[in-house]
Amino acid sequence: MLKIENLSARVAGKDILNGIDLSIDAGEVHAIMGPNGSGKSTLAQVLAGREDYEVTGGRISFDGQDLLAMKPEVRARAGLFLGFQYPVEIPGVNNVYLLKAALNAKRKAANLPEVDAYEFLALIKQKMKFMEMSEGFLTRGVNEGFSGGEKKRNEILQMLVLEPKLAILDETDSGLDIDALKIVAKGVNSLRDAKRAVVLVTHYQRLLDYIVPDRVHVLSGGRILKSGDKSLALELERRGYDWVKESRVA
Amino acid sequence: MASKPSDVEALIGQKYRHGFVTDIESDSLPPGLNEDVVAAISRKKNEPQFLLDWRLKAYRHWQTMLEPTWAHVHYKPIDYQDISYYSAPRAPANAPKSLDEVDPKLLATYAKLGIPLHERARLAGVAVDAVFDSVSVATTFKDKLAKAGVIFCSFSDAVHAHPELIEQYLGTVVPAGDNFFAALNSAVFSDGSFVYVPRGVRCPMELSTYFRINAAKTGQFERTLVIAAEGATVSYLEGCTAPMRDENQLHAAVVELVALDDATIKYSTVQNWYPGDENGIGGIYNFVTKRGECRGRNAKISWTQVETGSAITWKYPSCVLKGDGSVGEFYSVAVANHYQQADTGTKMIHLGRNTKSTIVSKGISAGRAENTYRGQVKILPSADGARNFTQCDSLLMGGRCAAHTFPYMEVKNPTATVEHEASTSKIGEDQLFYCLQRGISAEDAVNMIVSGFCKVVFKELPMEFAVEAQNLLSVSLEGCVG
Repeated sequence: MLKIENLSARVAGKDILNGIDLSIDAGEVHAIMGPNGSGKSTLAQVLAGREDYEVTGGRISFDGQDLLAMKPEVRARAGLFLGFQYPVEIPGVNNVYLLKAALNAKRKAANLPEVDAYEFLALIKQKMKFMEMSEGFLTRGVNEGFSGGEKKRNEILQMLVLEPKLAILDETDSGLDIDALKIVAKGVNSLRDAKRAVVLVTHYQRLLDYIVPDRVHVLSGGRILKSGDKSLALELERRGYDWVKESRVA
Repeated sequence: MASKPSDVEALIGQKYRHGFVTDIESDSLPPGLNEDVVAAISRKKNEPQFLLDWRLKAYRHWQTMLEPTWAHVHYKPIDYQDISYYSAPRAPANAPKSLDEVDPKLLATYAKLGIPLHERARLAGVAVDAVFDSVSVATTFKDKLAKAGVIFCSFSDAVHAHPELIEQYLGTVVPAGDNFFAALNSAVFSDGSFVYVPRGVRCPMELSTYFRINAAKTGQFERTLVIAAEGATVSYLEGCTAPMRDENQLHAAVVELVALDDATIKYSTVQNWYPGDENGIGGIYNFVTKRGECRGRNAKISWTQVETGSAITWKYPSCVLKGDGSVGEFYSVAVANHYQQADTGTKMIHLGRNTKSTIVSKGISAGRAENTYRGQVKILPSADGARNFTQCDSLLMGGRCAAHTFPYMEVKNPTATVEHEASTSKIGEDQLFYCLQRGISAEDAVNMIVSGFCKVVFKELPMEFAVEAQNLLSVSLEGCVG
């Protein structure tokens, strides 16, 4: 579904990604781990098409299409979803309004009829219940005055409504207490099926206890240094990232 | 001095031969300003002596004044002798004859605003018979209002039908010599609107007047006076639009509001004067003095403005809170794009006890525009228990525009409460990218973010104008992102 070949990118004149190769098939969950500054978030932003991130080399194909040639909104409509590390507040813009506009933009691109307010409300109420969110959320502005945990939960709610083919979740677990983490994991797991893929960007193995990955990759210095299965995450937790760097040098 | 008194005299002479009302063909004064021109305007309008005297006094005072320079705006000096101070409806010879001759860009804008076709022709300055400048549009619904006892007519009509009200109230809120532009207006104003709502009457409909500047090289100096007697309530809306012209045009209006005991006046403005093109050529200079006085107890005056147009906006709708328990409000959205400059805000002067004021200002800057909030809250020693709340937020789009905030506060009573909140945010790439990542187009995203930012102000507008304001906003900011 997603094939990244020799991808390099820079931000503000600084090279961050230095030749990433990564292949993700439908039905898989991949975890990308690595120390601070290793390029994890940059990779997520490049996949989503953020302008400030300049791609200096390589190729990405998504569902057979040239992802780098697509605008961010086109990528989104094609089924790529980014769960933001720091979801932004948009004061005065209602949560539900934004999400309905997002869903309808996607449906329109797929030549499906738009959902009306009534249908949408029923849909979102059902998803909110699943994510254990209170109804007060319906009347609030986008992330306006949300706690860190509420923002992350909102990202997952949006993901459930938009039902992406590929969800990239950038440190969705950071700042969550254990109960919130379980709810977020429940949301992600509910989306897992043979047609979709998930990329979890995370620092901690903890999340992977609840969302068990098929593959784990260690990113450092803008390259994937090591890949493995779930046990790699456990080993990382035990031995730290330096172990990977050293074993690579050796 | 470029004025030619003899020309003026000749014109007036001709005028008198043909009679005032029916002569439509040549009803315009040549450029220039002096006492003869002031007298000519007054004579054209057949005004009583007291009004002529008032105009002349204003003119003499104006001559002693200097154009203010404190505002954060830049423009070439205005040649006041190069402006025609009176222009009644007529079809300008060089105006487009049909919509086919009008710039398609302008027409596309009107279409987006949802302005009906016949309206578009008027706005574009097409020579149709309804084009008007300084003489007020025939006011509709006069009968229904008359039944309620409400007077709503052009200022000129009021001068003839209700001279005692004009004499009693004119210049009592904004004195003739108040400031440079108000003095100029007092000397040369040609028309405007007059509203009187008698004691205990709730005006049965929204009153609205569309002001337009059509003739080239015409200054527009309208004068509006709204009086709400004891217990009366009125909501007044003005919309302003001007056709596209290459040269700058001056608009110096004065609005005076008087609210007596328990009266409420709500005054809403949607201003969309031509802002100049994307290179800063042309556009209206909008130098306006608006002030309301809560003269009685528990009176309330509320200003709501959505300012998207004009090359330069210099405007501070204010409230003088004289009556005990009176309330002043100011809700503003000011948009400046390309090379527009806006210096706008309000003054709240607290004199009475337990007076209350609220200021909510939202400034949006894009392109290379400059947007300034300038506000003054003044609490005088007599204003026990006065309260003010001020909130000014600025939104910047792109990296070449600027926002400035100048809040002045003067508190001379220790029992007063004054709160001020301010914020500046960049439309952020962050907010924009968030929406894009959810599949929303850049244009829809900008509209969404901006209207969210302005929501608290739009809420104050009468329903149908809130929709118009929203449309205006998206047209004004079109293409500034992405």
